[in-house]
Amino acid sequence: MKSKLNVFSKTENLSVIREFLRKFSLSAGFSKKEIQDIILAVDEACTNIIKHAYHSDPNGQINIELKFTNDLLSIKITDFGSSFRPEKIMNPDFPKYFEQKRIGGLGMYLMKTLMDDVKYTSVPGKYNQVYLSKQLLRSE
Amino acid sequence: MTEFSAKIIDKKDVSVIYLAGFLDAHTAPILEDAFTNLVNDKKFKVVVNCKDLNYISSAGLGVFMAYIEKFRENNGDIKLAAMEDKIFNIFDLLGFPLLYDICKTEEEAINLFSENK
Repeated sequence: MKSKLNVFSKTENLSVIREFLRKFSLSAGFSKKEIQDIILAVDEACTNIIKHAYHSDPNGQINIELKFTNDLLSIKITDFGSSFRPEKIMNPDFPKYFEQKRIGGLGMYLMKTLMDDVKYTSVPGKYNQVYLSKQLLRSE
Repeated sequence: MTEFSAKIIDKKDVSVIYLAGFLDAHTAPILEDAFTNLVNDKKFKVVVNCKDLNYISSAGLGVFMAYIEKFRENNGDIKLAAMEDKIFNIFDLLGFPLLYDICKTEEEAINLFSENK
């Protein structure tokens, strides 16, 4: 099972992205809780792209490719904005975070917590790619 | 179609913000405006009723973080109330229960203001 969505980098498209993810992960058989986690993780990834890769320019492209094979949901999100280096972002120390109001890194932490795997690839001047995955665990 | 709203109702000296719908990077400015209006009106005791909040992302959580200090500096607070489990789980993942009062009901949150005097 595969599906694709291409949208402009506008925050109003976040609801379109969430609905696209909801429908796909529902047909893949994920539970309500897992679907909520997947939706939030992808929202966070796309919000980061809008803010940090495109600096809130609404004319950028965000391409989302979903694949569900062997009970594994793979999500590939591509943008063509500025590259960023997520490996530099550490897991937040929350009390310090609150003191310093370092709001931006929370999305990254949520993505890592909610999904099984999160990987970044960046080819500066060309594209950035976020890869997220989640295994469907079937109960007997 | 509005996907998010933040309505303020004053209950004696506490202002209650009723959130409804989806709070994300697109709708977070609506909540920012509500907090800014309360600061301008010098209403620093706030309860946020999350009963009808269906969704929150870090952009929404960030609004609470950005404003909390302003309210506490003025002898007030932002207390959270009545959230569904799925919403609480997100606040919990990011450590909010350590730094914010999160109550089961709006009344409980309002009463905390008089208890803490």
